[in-house]
Amino acid sequence: MSELRDFVMPSLGADMDAGTLLEWRVKPGDRVSKGDIVAVIETDKAAVEIECFMTGAVERLIAEKGTKISVGTPMMQVRVEGDTSAKPVGQQVLQPTPTPVVAKEVAPPTPTPAATIEAGGVRASPAAKRRARALNVSLATLKGSGQDGAITIEDVEKAGRAPRRDMRGAIAALMERSKREIPHYYLAHDIDMTNALAWLEALNERVDVSERMIPAALFLKAVAVAARAVTAMNGSYAGDRFEPSANVHLGVAVSLREGGLLVPAIHDVDKKTPREVMSALSDVVERARRGMLRGSELTDATLTVTNLGEAGADTVYGVIFPPQVAIVGLGRVTERPAAVEGKVAVRSFVTATVAADHRASDGHLGARFLAAIERALQAPEAL
Amino acid sequence: MTKLNYREALRDGLRDALVREPRAFLMGLDVGRYGGTYAVSRGLLEELGPERVRDTPLSESAFVGAGIGAAIGGLLPIVEIMTVNFSLLALDQIMNNAATLRHMTGGQLAVPLVIRMTTGAGRQLAAQHSHSLEGWYAHIPGLRILAPATVEDARGMLWTALMDPDPVLIFEHAALFGLEAELEGAVTPVDIDHAKIRRAGKHVSLVTYGGTLHKTLAAAETLAKDGIDAEVIDLRSLRPLDTETIIASVKKTRRAVIIDEGWRSGSLSAEISARVMEQAFYDLDAPVERVCTAEVPIPYAKQLEEAALPQPETIVQAARKTVGTHV
Repeated sequence: MSELRDFVMPSLGADMDAGTLLEWRVKPGDRVSKGDIVAVIETDKAAVEIECFMTGAVERLIAEKGTKISVGTPMMQVRVEGDTSAKPVGQQVLQPTPTPVVAKEVAPPTPTPAATIEAGGVRASPAAKRRARALNVSLATLKGSGQDGAITIEDVEKAGRAPRRDMRGAIAALMERSKREIPHYYLAHDIDMTNALAWLEALNERVDVSERMIPAALFLKAVAVAARAVTAMNGSYAGDRFEPSANVHLGVAVSLREGGLLVPAIHDVDKKTPREVMSALSDVVERARRGMLRGSELTDATLTVTNLGEAGADTVYGVIFPPQVAIVGLGRVTERPAAVEGKVAVRSFVTATVAADHRASDGHLGARFLAAIERALQAPEAL
Repeated sequence: MTKLNYREALRDGLRDALVREPRAFLMGLDVGRYGGTYAVSRGLLEELGPERVRDTPLSESAFVGAGIGAAIGGLLPIVEIMTVNFSLLALDQIMNNAATLRHMTGGQLAVPLVIRMTTGAGRQLAAQHSHSLEGWYAHIPGLRILAPATVEDARGMLWTALMDPDPVLIFEHAALFGLEAELEGAVTPVDIDHAKIRRAGKHVSLVTYGGTLHKTLAAAETLAKDGIDAEVIDLRSLRPLDTETIIASVKKTRRAVIIDEGWRSGSLSAEISARVMEQAFYDLDAPVERVCTAEVPIPYAKQLEEAALPQPETIVQAARKTVGTHV
């Protein structure tokens, strides 16, 4: 038994309403399984490899390379075998961001002919289209000034002169929404890192340079362990209630050299060893900077960590990435005088903060969460 | 420098060719004693004699056919036809003989013939004397089609055409005969292989030829007042078309308006538009616009005739449309 299903443009974030198809990775006749990468699309933020969410054979590619496709618009048809009683595809697609806010902002997945026409029908001159490809400017975001509103080469060049403006705009919209909708509360706690750093140093001495770990890996693992203990920090706020997540996928804020930032997720950090976290972190940071993240990595985070590292400030209070409910901020590790067993000693400290959604939790839970991070960092060998 | 009008320039070119080249002679209706319907050959019969300037009976087919025969026989005939409308009577000779004989004889016969005729409207001569059919002739392989739009080209094109080993048709626009310009004294042959940029510009390419060149240049001046810098291309040769010059210009300006006094459907302007699409598609920033003659027999009434023809205002309008809100 088989059935023809539409594979539609997935929503890769609350702020995404369309993507440009850069490349198909499959062709008609190919077998695809859930999780296979089928296409590369470009969002306002980055080029993203998108994964298939069904298993079957590619029947027909609908979307054309280079066109802007609205979220929910069919991109290809897949002949799905076996159980065809599963949920309609459209609903599955929106799962990563099932908040009512998303529903307002993202075009509903209505695979109507009209939507298809709109997807391929950007009114732009041939010269404008060619320049848009060269400058990596998305035509669907532009307002045309040519005949009957057609986008001209000048419109494209104007947009191209402000590189990454789309990302700036996306960040602006998301942060605005966060501060408008989420009542943040903030807590800070200084954590003594002397033992953890000594443990890390000893570990790094025993291994090859390429295997060395940085404190960020320990921080991430500690945050994941704490998120397991204080579940009110890990999940999403949707439909006027908090939904805790069964998994701990940590979003890692990666700033890009050309400005802007991406927050790819490292999956199941709580189940990884610090070394595994380290290699996942290096991988994701490298790919974020190359603009080659996978769709799920941009949508799956359940909690975000912003870690300023060596060059950063002492303390950072983050802005929550909706629909998540908390963001952990880790400042620079510094040596500070501290009272140890009645004496003043020089110890290494990091200031950990949490900005949390007051709709989902109260301050005492936030404090317990920070305390849990501290506890985890005091016993690095157990991480 | 001498001040010359288009008519005098044509006459100077003719006289120069007839004097310089003993094999050349002029033949046609009323070219001798009457001095030419448009007075182009006035005085030439008296000056050069009846061997070189020959009046013919009223039969376009006969005197064009005789010209083809003379050309095959080694002479360099210049045949004048009163207007392009009447040339249709000689179309069989032009198309089936002049244009084909080199091909059909495997190169053994050449037809080094020049046919001059007037074309175009604008003088209230109504629907049998006013059409612009040069685009039809430009359809025919084996012919070279020229359209002198300036006094200099009117004077210099004939000699170059006469030296061409194959038949050349020269279309002289009837509205240009009074056009004046300052020229250097001697007749100088002009290049007939290339279009000429009559006004350089960067925002839109206005492609035209013959009688509409001056309307187009006037339109370009109007556009300049709005800050639209138009490039004006005078095709000069309608067959072969200097596609290279057109495409280079369109690639620079990214917009094109073609101004053609012929009718729009199946016209030379359609051919140029197609070439622009074929060769500069990815450089276009707006659809190609065309300004052509309304698809009616040319009206007699002055206002209607004016309304039927391309005019500076309609050219300006079309150019503005391609430029949109830019510039």
